Amino acid sequence: MQNKVLNLLRENSRISCQEIADRLNISVAEADEIVQTLEKNKIVCGYTVIVNEAALSGAKKVQALIEVKVTPQRDGGFDKVAKRIALFDEVKELALVSGGYDLLLTVEGDTLQEVAGFVSEKLSTIEGVLSTATSFQLKKYKEAGKTIEFTDEYERLKVCP
Amino acid sequence: MGENKKNYVASHIAALPKSGIREFFELVNNMSGNVISLGVGEPDFVTPWNIVESGLFSLEKGHTAYTSNLGIPALRKEIVKYIKSNYHVSYAWENECIVTVGVSEALDIAMRALLSPGDEVIYTEPCFVSYPAEITMAHGIPVSVPTYEKDAFALTPETLVKYITPKSKVLLLNFPCNPTGAVMDLENLQGIADLAIKHDLVVITDEIYSELTYDNIEHHSIAALPGMRERTIFLHGFSKAFAMTGWRVGYACGPAEIIDAMMKIHQYGIMSANTTSQEAAIEALRHGKKAMMKMRDSYCERRNVMVKAFNEMGLKCHLPKGAFYAFPNITSTGLSSKEFAKGLLEQQQVAVVPGAAFGASGEGFVRCCYATSINEIYEAMKRIKLFVESCKQK
Repeated sequence: MQNKVLNLLRENSRISCQEIADRLNISVAEADEIVQTLEKNKIVCGYTVIVNEAALSGAKKVQALIEVKVTPQRDGGFDKVAKRIALFDEVKELALVSGGYDLLLTVEGDTLQEVAGFVSEKLSTIEGVLSTATSFQLKKYKEAGKTIEFTDEYERLKVCP
Repeated sequence: MGENKKNYVASHIAALPKSGIREFFELVNNMSGNVISLGVGEPDFVTPWNIVESGLFSLEKGHTAYTSNLGIPALRKEIVKYIKSNYHVSYAWENECIVTVGVSEALDIAMRALLSPGDEVIYTEPCFVSYPAEITMAHGIPVSVPTYEKDAFALTPETLVKYITPKSKVLLLNFPCNPTGAVMDLENLQGIADLAIKHDLVVITDEIYSELTYDNIEHHSIAALPGMRERTIFLHGFSKAFAMTGWRVGYACGPAEIIDAMMKIHQYGIMSANTTSQEAAIEALRHGKKAMMKMRDSYCERRNVMVKAFNEMGLKCHLPKGAFYAFPNITSTGLSSKEFAKGLLEQQQVAVVPGAAFGASGEGFVRCCYATSINEIYEAMKRIKLFVESCKQK
C-alpha cells in the first residue's frame, strides 16, 4: 500500500489524503498515516513543482547541466566531495554516475553570468574537482515525466458505445 | 432521388432500430457549455508511445500494401502466443487465427459464417449495443437472456437454460461486460459450458475487456474449459487494454473450419486489416504489458472513487470487477433511465448513457464510464449528487 500511495504522490504531490483514500479504497486516517510515515522515514524528502519557465513572463531561471570529474578521496570516496558540492543553493540536482565523468549536476541561477560565476569561482576550485563541462539548457521538453508545451488537447466523442 | 418515393432499403435493415446511444449522442452534441462526459466507451489514454512509434516506423519503411488476408504472420504468431500464456488455450497461427478490423468485424463475420436464416442466437442483456443488430443483419434471431443486479450481472446456468430451444445455435458472451462491468466466476462459467456442450451450441466469446479485471480477480475464458475449444470462437482485440480504439484492430481464434469460413467473408468484404495498425499491434503484444498494467491500475482507482460516490449519494452501485463502467441503479430517483440521463444532462451538464440503450433489462440503470480523468470524475459526481437531491425534493 505504501508503494501505491507513493505512486500517487509521484504523479501529483498535491493530492489530498481524501483522494488517496478514495482511489485506493482505504480510510482517510490510513492514507494520512502512510503519508506521514513516508515523510518521517525520509522516503518522501519534499514536494516540488514543475514549472514551464518558457511560459513565465519576466525573468526566467537559467539552468545548466554540468559534468564534473573528481578525484575520489581515500577515506570518503566520492561522497565527501559530492556532499560539499550538494550544499550550494545553486545546485538543484546532483548524482554520481557511471561513464566518462563522475558527477552530474543541475545548477540553477537567475542569469547566465551567475551560473558561470558559480562554476568558475566555486565549483572548479573545490579540492578534488579535476574538470567541469557546462551545458546550458536552451529549451526543456520534459520534466519529471511531464511533457512541456507540446501536449495537444484531443477531443474524443462525447458518447460512444 | 427527389420525386422517387420508392423505398430501396432492405426490409430487415429498415426495421432495424438506430442505436439508443446514437440518439443520445445527438442530444449531447447539441448541448453548449461545459459538459462532462461519462458516456464514452473507450480509454481516455492516448495509445502508449512505443506502439504509436511502431506504427510510424512501419509507414516510414513503406509498409503501405495489403497484408495476407488472415493478417501479418508475425502478428498472428504473437497473438496465439499471448492467448496461450494468458488464457491457456492453444491455437495454430497458420489457420486458427484471423486479424480483423476490430472485434466488431470479427463478430460480424463470425455471425455471418455461422448463421442460417432462423437460427437463434442467445446473448446476455444488458449488452453492447451492436449484438442484437449484428445477429439480425446475419439473418439470425436474437434471443436475449437477462442478467440481474442480484447476481452482479453475471450469467447463471439456471437462467440460461430457460432460453435454450431446438433452434438455438450460438451463445454470445461478453465478460467482463460492457455496460455492467460483470465478470464470470469459474463455477458459473463451467455450468454455462456444460449447457453449451449438452445443447450443441457454438459459443462466441467477446473478451475485449479481459485484461481489465480488478481486485486480483483471475479472468477465465470459456474457451479454456474442457470440451469447449472446438465449439468456441474467441474474440479479442487491442482497443481497450492497449488504448487503441481508433486503430481498429482485433482478431478471432477458433477451430480451423470456422476461421476458414470467416476468412472467406473477410477476404471478399475487407481484404485485410489495416497494415500500420497490425504492425503497431505486434509492438503492443511484445512490449505493451507494462503500460497496459499502469492504465489498468489507474482505472481501478477511478472505479473506487466513482462507485463509492454513487453509493454515498444513495444510488446503489455494485462494485464492477471488470471493464471500465459503473452501472448504478437509479430507480430510487423515480425516473426512467432515459429521463435520468436527459435530466442530468440538461440540469448539470453530465452525460451518462441510459441503461435502456443496452436492452430492456438495462432499464433502471445508467452506464458511467470511469475511463475519464479523476478530476472530471470528482466534478461529475458532485453534479450528479446535486441532481439526485433535486429529484428527491420533487
